[in-house]
Amino acid sequence: MSGATPLTYLTAAGHRAATILPLTWFTLIISVLVCVIIAVLLWGAIRRARGSGGAAETRSVEVEPGPSGARWISIGLLISAVPLLATLIWTMVAIAATSGPPSPPGLTLDVTGHQWWWEVRYDAAEPDRSFETANEIHIPVGVPVRVRLHGGDVIHSFWVPALTGKTDTIPGQTNLSWMEARGPGRFRGQCTEYCGAQHAHMGLEVVAQPQADFDRWRAAQLRPAGAPQTSAQQRGLAVVEYRCGLCHQVRGTQAGAVAAPDLTHLMSRRTLAAGLLPNTPGNLAGWIQNAQEFKPGTLMPNQYLSGQQLSDVQAYLESLQ
Amino acid sequence: MRVADFRAPAVGPTTAEHESRLKRLWETSPGLEGFLGTVDHKQIGIRYIVTAFIFLALGGIEALVMRLQLAGPNLSLLTPEQYDQLFSTHGMTMIFLYASPILSGFSNYLWPLLLGSRDMAFPRLNALSYWIYLASGIFLYVGFLTGNGPNDGWFNYVPYADRDYNPGLNEDFYSLGMVFLGISTTIGAANFIVTAMRTRAPGMALNRMPVLIWGTLTASAANLVVVPAVSLAFFLLWLERQFGAHFFDPAGGGQPLLWQHLFWIFGHPWVYAIVLPAMGMVSHALPVFCRRPLVGYGIVALSTVATMVLGFGVWVHHMFATGLPGLGLSFFSGASIAIVFPSAVAVFAWLATLWLGRPVITTAFLYFSSMILMFVIGGVSGFMTASVPVDWQLTDTYFVVAHIHYVLIGINVFPVLGAVYFWFPKMTGRLMDERLGRWNFWLTFIGFNLAFLPMHLTGLLGMPRRVYTYQDGMGWDSLNMITTIGSFVLALGVLLFIVNVLKSLRGGALAGPNPWDAYSLEWSVSSPPPPYNFAVIPTVASRYPLWEGRLRESGAVSCVDQGMLLESHSKEAIGTSSMDATPDMILEMPEDSTAPFVLTLGTALLFVGLLLKLWSIVIIGTVVLAIATLFWLWPRRELREREVNP
Repeated sequence: MSGATPLTYLTAAGHRAATILPLTWFTLIISVLVCVIIAVLLWGAIRRARGSGGAAETRSVEVEPGPSGARWISIGLLISAVPLLATLIWTMVAIAATSGPPSPPGLTLDVTGHQWWWEVRYDAAEPDRSFETANEIHIPVGVPVRVRLHGGDVIHSFWVPALTGKTDTIPGQTNLSWMEARGPGRFRGQCTEYCGAQHAHMGLEVVAQPQADFDRWRAAQLRPAGAPQTSAQQRGLAVVEYRCGLCHQVRGTQAGAVAAPDLTHLMSRRTLAAGLLPNTPGNLAGWIQNAQEFKPGTLMPNQYLSGQQLSDVQAYLESLQ
Repeated sequence: MRVADFRAPAVGPTTAEHESRLKRLWETSPGLEGFLGTVDHKQIGIRYIVTAFIFLALGGIEALVMRLQLAGPNLSLLTPEQYDQLFSTHGMTMIFLYASPILSGFSNYLWPLLLGSRDMAFPRLNALSYWIYLASGIFLYVGFLTGNGPNDGWFNYVPYADRDYNPGLNEDFYSLGMVFLGISTTIGAANFIVTAMRTRAPGMALNRMPVLIWGTLTASAANLVVVPAVSLAFFLLWLERQFGAHFFDPAGGGQPLLWQHLFWIFGHPWVYAIVLPAMGMVSHALPVFCRRPLVGYGIVALSTVATMVLGFGVWVHHMFATGLPGLGLSFFSGASIAIVFPSAVAVFAWLATLWLGRPVITTAFLYFSSMILMFVIGGVSGFMTASVPVDWQLTDTYFVVAHIHYVLIGINVFPVLGAVYFWFPKMTGRLMDERLGRWNFWLTFIGFNLAFLPMHLTGLLGMPRRVYTYQDGMGWDSLNMITTIGSFVLALGVLLFIVNVLKSLRGGALAGPNPWDAYSLEWSVSSPPPPYNFAVIPTVASRYPLWEGRLRESGAVSCVDQGMLLESHSKEAIGTSSMDATPDMILEMPEDSTAPFVLTLGTALLFVGLLLKLWSIVIIGTVVLAIATLFWLWPRRELREREVNP
């Protein structure tokens, strides 16, 4: 994360964003310069005023034809042409340079935008090497990653400013984006196409890690959930299968629905509710019981579990490392 | 019999008797019937302006409530659904119910006066376009006030607007309301085009037309072309929602992107349609305060048209992130960068006019000249979004919110406020207070820039648009607080403006016909103008008829006190040829009529019936509409046109 402004795009940590950043600064600086020049010209002209007041003061200054002045328009246009042409050329070059990764992608992800969370699928040639997770994307450092974007319901937009610009997820079509992290780190992402009540809280996180760490993470994610170890966890699993399993999946158990984030390795993720809450025991319990208060309109209903049930469920979920 | 229609109009100076006869013919009768039936462009224009200002105030209040919600992180003044309806209604109000109608209002009021004519080409259509604007505005606001306001932004993307995700009446109100409003825009545009092409005073060739006319004329031509796209899109959406059509639904072979194309092929030209007339106001009135003609009239007029033509080819720059192929994006990127040229022409023309003239500072002048800077700020941020890769980062962040507000407030609201200061004396006979005006200007100027200049940075720091709240720790807290403070200062400025209008209405200094010593024809008649505008039809020999003696231009002299008298048994105006404005026809203008009002009532019933799917109401509305139309169009002998004896 880049300090106190995790979504800024005035810094870049990935190949694609870094290719665009100088062009952003170039157009920004030109824009500021143009504004300053025009402001000075305007100020200078107004300082020449012959009077100030109302109608009488206006009438008191006689109308005069003055010089034609049309050549100033031509001069202005000629000067403007230089930065405009430069921007046009640079833009074309940058489109070509960023439309695809510089080398063949080493990893392909399928990301689907849902109201209001991100489904992330890591596909491999062998089906038993494929798995799903949510809201937290791990990628290896220095490897171009292709992201296939799918629309789950309405239109969303996938954006990780430090790594890559926006690409929409649109139902009925598959869009392509790509990113390549230059170094390890956690990078904040966000949905940027208005998508309903909780558009504001549709965040995600990209975790870039060295290849070895990434491989370890991937291997861990592939494993199904471990069997419950304590009686509390056992009772918790029963509740999870019976209630949470209507929407969520915990691989290796009876909870097998795919309408909501996969919980198999819930505890490996840093946040809950698509970047809204830090994944702490207190937040987890609060979220389960009272999701509508944290994220009004979310498709996760409040659960109204008894105290015993809640602590059992929590005991089980906390075992999902 | 064609021959019987030839008549040479009487020519001469005006007399008191002539004027009182004209007054009897043209004056709207008092009372309710006159109120509902008037076709006087000046009354209609003022109604448009007042109605649009009411919508501006409503949209402004909505904005203030949103700014309270966003003043700090994680505030919960509003629920997400309330916020979503507020931001959507705010956009709808400002873009559709304020920004365009306010300009129609000024054009309605000013055009016949600027053109030396007695009314718009189709006065009853003019009344109809106002009534439909009012009725559709009420229709849309009934939705909002009953909790069924639009909740998918003014751009209304599918599939979120589809019934699966949006089951309430919200989107039905919005889609039908937009089709309804489109009728007003379309007939208004047609009326402006014919008015400019057929009713200019004799001698006012195209290149002598006041520059203000070019803005609205160009915008009207664009509206005729693009409004059908959006009306169609909203109608298809309504069919999809109510009858399961699959235009936008991928499950049925539809395309969500079809909506975006139909919407933006309208939406982008529309942005030009709501700034070009306002730019025209500045080009028209700034020279009065610079005490010289506008620099580069011809190139400014041409660049107005060029902006619009290029404006048809840039709509995809709203869709750079939708996954369209790079080659296509490059074209639209190039077009969006190219459009800077014609826009820059206006800036250089204004600056040259300021430098080569002898400016006098008044409140109107301050609004017009400060607009230049805000135009440039809104322009360069638009130029940044024109670059595809940069836009992939900028789009849908607060940077674009800042951009659109510099465009809409800077290029629309500021010129409009300036225009009120400038033309208020013409409309009411009284000048606005300049001391209050200065307070009013500085509060709006400082408030606006305080609210929206830092917002560019909020965007660069990544704050996404259309969020009902934001988490702390994102680095946006203080910037948002500054914006909220600025928005309240801006609102205070607008409040002072309203105070000034009300105060000056009663106690303003008397203006006389031409308080600013301005150049165009509206200043040759009394303030406020008589119902018939011109007792004799003026003859125009230059672009600056009232400045002719002082500009040392060679050639003929315009004439405002002698000309065609045009008064027989009914209201008459002169029709002239499109290019050279040679008189070729006496136009018999229609009397006041309540048919447009009744037709609007029928249309409103029709839309209410469609909204509620109550087919009996649909049928009643259609019958009322048909009867009003029949009554309106029933042939009457006195309304034919006569050719002028050559």
